[in-house]
Amino acid sequence: MHEIHYEAPTSLEQAVGILAKHGDSARPICGGTDLLIQMRAGVRRPHYVVDVKHIAALTGIAFDPKSGLRLGAAAPCIEIFENATLRRHYPGLVEAAHLIGSLQIQSRASVGGNLCNGSPAADTTPALIALGAVARLVGPKGERQVKVEEFVVSPGRTVIQPGELLVELLIPPPPPHSADAYIRFIPRNEMDIAVVGIGAAITLEGDRCTAARIGMGAVAPTPLFAAKASQALVGKKFDAVAIENAAQLAIEQASPIDDMRGTAEFRRHLVGVLTRRTLERAAERARRN
Amino acid sequence: MAKRTLVETVINNEPVELLCEPRQSLLEVLRDELHMTGTKEGCLTGDCGACTILVDGRPVCSCLMLGVEAQGHKLETIEGLATGAELHPLQRKFLEHASLQCGICTPGFLMSAKALLDKIPRPTEAEVRYHLAGNLCRCTGYDKIVRAVLDAARESG
Repeated sequence: MHEIHYEAPTSLEQAVGILAKHGDSARPICGGTDLLIQMRAGVRRPHYVVDVKHIAALTGIAFDPKSGLRLGAAAPCIEIFENATLRRHYPGLVEAAHLIGSLQIQSRASVGGNLCNGSPAADTTPALIALGAVARLVGPKGERQVKVEEFVVSPGRTVIQPGELLVELLIPPPPPHSADAYIRFIPRNEMDIAVVGIGAAITLEGDRCTAARIGMGAVAPTPLFAAKASQALVGKKFDAVAIENAAQLAIEQASPIDDMRGTAEFRRHLVGVLTRRTLERAAERARRN
Repeated sequence: MAKRTLVETVINNEPVELLCEPRQSLLEVLRDELHMTGTKEGCLTGDCGACTILVDGRPVCSCLMLGVEAQGHKLETIEGLATGAELHPLQRKFLEHASLQCGICTPGFLMSAKALLDKIPRPTEAEVRYHLAGNLCRCTGYDKIVRAVLDAARESG
């Protein structure tokens, strides 16, 4: 690996100062499970590596029934799936955090890092999109909020400007009778990258769906919000016909590629299958809430 | 050469102060600076688990962590598993069940298994297989490893 300078600021101001000073030659490190591999391969070559795990705002996990979840960008996945409150209120996000790589990876990797890495196949990103999560960024010009579905602009690239830092993800509180779910397809049981991943969050009142959001991963250059599929469910009876209609609209929006993990045709098929299964799993949970 | 940084850490319950370059992984620091060569280098991409150590009790690939990130943390490596000449029950059971052939993956498997038994003293077979999913072995076919971990749990429990 090339020579680097390592900084471990303990406040947001310090971190933004360092990132702003060094611009493109600086990169934050959370778990390092993507960054160190990319640095070894020469894909990313930051001269300044800024460890943001000593900043309280980036490692905290705070849930409030009224305002929802503030998820620090650097909080490791293990702290998400070992958190009983999160397992109760955001089971889909927990599912996604619990299937990234191995337990060794989950001890280090963070949801914020997963998002900032900008992979179209990131597991937690469709789960965040389903929940309507917003990313809070702080930079030299102040702070701004960006919807997660608008965060990744192309494979490996995000809206983050030089000097900016993703601080936390803001996730609304789950409404009554709602729940989320995340399902991905991989050709083995553990330890692989999604061929397709679908996140869904729905709210049911009786047999009617009153809110729905579907996020899709590995079906386009960036993670997607399946807007038409989601809107088609709202206000309708939540039954097999509505689910099938949403699945078809999700397939229409997907623009997958052929690669070593699967063909575009297979991925479109999976979008349908996983949209149905994820909606059904979310609904089953919502009926209990 | 880049400036070397002082890192204060605890390794196998002993306070350790070391100097390393910021670009060095924790794996390189353990092996090349501290000459603790029990932890093995495998893929360097976090896929194989050969370099697994415990950081604050959690299994971590030491190839995917910088040495400087160990500042203030408590590390456990394979060198700390046995007590003097007395092997840890997991090590003994690995020998009894012939759970290793070439041995490169073994320290990583033992550390992952230790993390599991520290958390779940009497795991099911499914739990053992799940917790060892991040460790690859190309010799044994896994079955003997799983049996050794279950046997060690049975004996300790």
